Amino acid sequence: MALKGLDIFKLTPKTNCKDCGNPTCMAFAMKVAQGALSVDKCPHMSADALAKLSEATEPPMKTIDIGGHALGGETVMLRHEKTLVNRNIFSGYLCTKMPDAEIEQVLEDLPKTDYERIGERMYVEAVFVNCLDDAERCITLTKKAAATGRAVIISCEDPEKAKAVAGAVKISALVGANAENWEALNSVATAAGVPLGVRGPDLSAIHDTIEKLEAAGNKNLFIDLGAASVKDAFKNAMLIRRAAIKGGDRSFGYPTIVNLVWLARGDFETQAALAALFTMRYGSIIVMQRMSYAEALPLYGLRQNIYTDPQKPMKVAPGIYPLNGADENSPCCVTVDFALTYFVVSSEIERSGVPVNLLITDAGGYSVLTSWAAGKFSAGSIASFFSDFDIESKIKSRTLILPGKVAVLKGEVESKLPAWKVLVAPNEAVQLVRYLRELK
Amino acid sequence: MSFEAKPVVYGASIGEVTIGTGDLSLTIGGANISPLCFFEAPQKHPPAIGIEVSDLPFDTQGLPLLAALYEGCSDMAERVARAASVKGASFVCLRFESADPGGLNRSVADCVADAVKAAAASPLPIVIIGCKNSEKDTALFTAMAEALQGKNYLFLSAREEDYKAISAGVAMAYGHNVGAESSVDINLAKQLSVLMTQLGVRRDLIVLNPGSAAAGYGYEYVASTMDRIRAAALEQNDTMLQMPVITPVSTETWAVKESIISGDEMPEWGEREPRAIQMEIVTASACLASGSDAVIVRHPVSVEKLAALIAALL
Ligand code: B12
Ligand code: SF4
Repeated sequence: MALKGLDIFKLTPKTNCKDCGNPTCMAFAMKVAQGALSVDKCPHMSADALAKLSEATEPPMKTIDIGGHALGGETVMLRHEKTLVNRNIFSGYLCTKMPDAEIEQVLEDLPKTDYERIGERMYVEAVFVNCLDDAERCITLTKKAAATGRAVIISCEDPEKAKAVAGAVKISALVGANAENWEALNSVATAAGVPLGVRGPDLSAIHDTIEKLEAAGNKNLFIDLGAASVKDAFKNAMLIRRAAIKGGDRSFGYPTIVNLVWLARGDFETQAALAALFTMRYGSIIVMQRMSYAEALPLYGLRQNIYTDPQKPMKVAPGIYPLNGADENSPCCVTVDFALTYFVVSSEIERSGVPVNLLITDAGGYSVLTSWAAGKFSAGSIASFFSDFDIESKIKSRTLILPGKVAVLKGEVESKLPAWKVLVAPNEAVQLVRYLRELK
Repeated sequence: MSFEAKPVVYGASIGEVTIGTGDLSLTIGGANISPLCFFEAPQKHPPAIGIEVSDLPFDTQGLPLLAALYEGCSDMAERVARAASVKGASFVCLRFESADPGGLNRSVADCVADAVKAAAASPLPIVIIGCKNSEKDTALFTAMAEALQGKNYLFLSAREEDYKAISAGVAMAYGHNVGAESSVDINLAKQLSVLMTQLGVRRDLIVLNPGSAAAGYGYEYVASTMDRIRAAALEQNDTMLQMPVITPVSTETWAVKESIISGDEMPEWGEREPRAIQMEIVTASACLASGSDAVIVRHPVSVEKLAALIAALL
């Protein structure tokens, strides 16, 4: 929780000695509160005051690294309040109780979902291994999980077994600390240098365990939202995040893990619904039974949307983008400079295999209809693009294809660019594949 | 220091809107908690799931489950009866795609006749969606409102350009509910709500439709608009944003590539039906998380699973 200027002032020596370059201690305190100065600029702060301040000026939620993925570190409840910073990750699920054939199937399917969307790699970032049987089987399974190259999160409440697994395989996280085993599991996690996941029957038990771990010096933690019920897991997600961000409760300022296999085993639709819910509301690691394209396409799309910074428009540079080996004789498709639109349209043109010059015009980074409705994508803007980029001398083809959603622009574009044959393509980019092939 | 959570229940609450009459009615809204946080306090009206039926048969290529639901149906009324039988459906949404002047351009009279017949076949309350052409929707809605007077249905939607005629012809003349549709912006949502109430539409007849998009397609703006609307309504007691929110999810998701392309065309993506269902379920769940009081989906599996999700959270 951010400290107010007055609280900081109370901790200063109140001598107004000006050594910090400020006229008074009060002025100094106000600047620290705004984040304009750091406390160590005052050489006379007592050690005790410094400790209190550094504690209080810590961010409300820690950033925890799991297998190279930064999780947590959020400062607001909702993206519009500023931005969300560290997107959640998705994890596959393995359990020592699974029949071998099922294990092999999971491992075979896992790498199949791996693609790029607007410059981001979309794949299952982690594998969760539920270690229930004897250490030997746990080690074998964890080794298989590690062979995928993904972050490996083991779930194990038995410290001896956890130690054996962590000693034999490189893991990225260990979850299973509770009121009974926390001390022993803490040594295992600390020795392995990995974050430790805490669980418990209810939030106050979890909180107590976290406090003990923190007192023992471990702040490399994350919180298991539990598997008692859907309602309970969602409640925990909401209450933990609210306590951390709004209540300044540092012991809940950690990322979370939620296991949808335990909440809705075998029900892929309910797992997808829950994955969406926890992407929106405070799940940091979401463990799922299946991540085929059916789940991945909407879920990764949702995550990408929710974790874009509202302060930064997603734009691509205006210009000529020759696709499929297009040259000056290839027809032109015109569209806007919104990154998503560019991505969708260019990937469909690529899929068609037809050489096309994709013309990206400056439309303020908006989608086709948004920029059209805002007057930023019009016959006028297309014509100025043609003159600014000297299209008529760079390209010999005189075929210009408009997006179907702005079919109304056809007449005006024709009169502004009289040398061009203006065609209107279908509404959706996906229809371009057939359209372009038939055009040839 | 142990952990104790104080329930966050707001002094303000979302208004209630009733669709349909008597036994055949559904009330949405009334929330005084953050979306889906039923652990804070019990709520009278959890979010409702509606099922979309079009006056044109759906494209069922590669969708065996959807095809099976409507197998043998020869008109909208028969499809409505089937749709209403889907587990978890709380209302049926009639969509008049055929009215589109850029498409089949069916006459208002024909569409009204279909609506009357379909309404009679439905054991659930009805929400009506037009064809998105302002002029045609205005003619369609006012004629349907008259033909279905006394039924208290919900018409989607009135927009900036046609709210006067639609509000007058639907809500003020016949007491039906009307959706206020704006373009993913809290200020536009508020402005339309102010304009409609100033015109004289009773507040308890207005449902907000602040815009929607499929997951991955500009959905961040939808989420933030809805998050902000709910915050303004509950935390700042903004009465002009305290109407319940409805989100027609299916009209967005069934238009994106993920839901329409066949398994043959994108072999690595797999069969079409699971993709279309998951796209609809993911988008609708995200809308519910941001405060939708009602979502409209197309696939029976989506209806059932979304209703079960709400039940699990209650
Ligand atoms: C997110 C959004 C916004 C965001 C902007 C996001 C952005 N970067 O564009 C914000 C909130 C800022 C916004 C603002 C506005 N918006 Co807006 N917005 C949307 C929303 C929800 C999604 C847009 C989106 O991201 N689409 C995804 C992209 C990929 O779509 P696309 O660019 O059209 O590309 C597709 C096709 O066109 C095709 N395609 C593209 N290029 C090409 C080229 C060829 C050759 C072919 C064949 C195909 C093709 O491929 C893509 C996939 O098929 C839509 C509603 C909706 N569900 O679509 C409304 C929508 C576009 N907005 C609308 C409006 C009116 C506005 C405003 C003017 C509102 C206002 N009065 O202030 C403002 C204008 C902005 C400004 N302030 O100046 C209206 C437009 C109405 C109309 N039919 O004209 C819509 C349709 C909402 C509605 N139903 O009212 N909006
Ligand atoms: S250096 Fe420290 S004691 Fe001196 S004026 Fe600044 S804040 Fe006060």
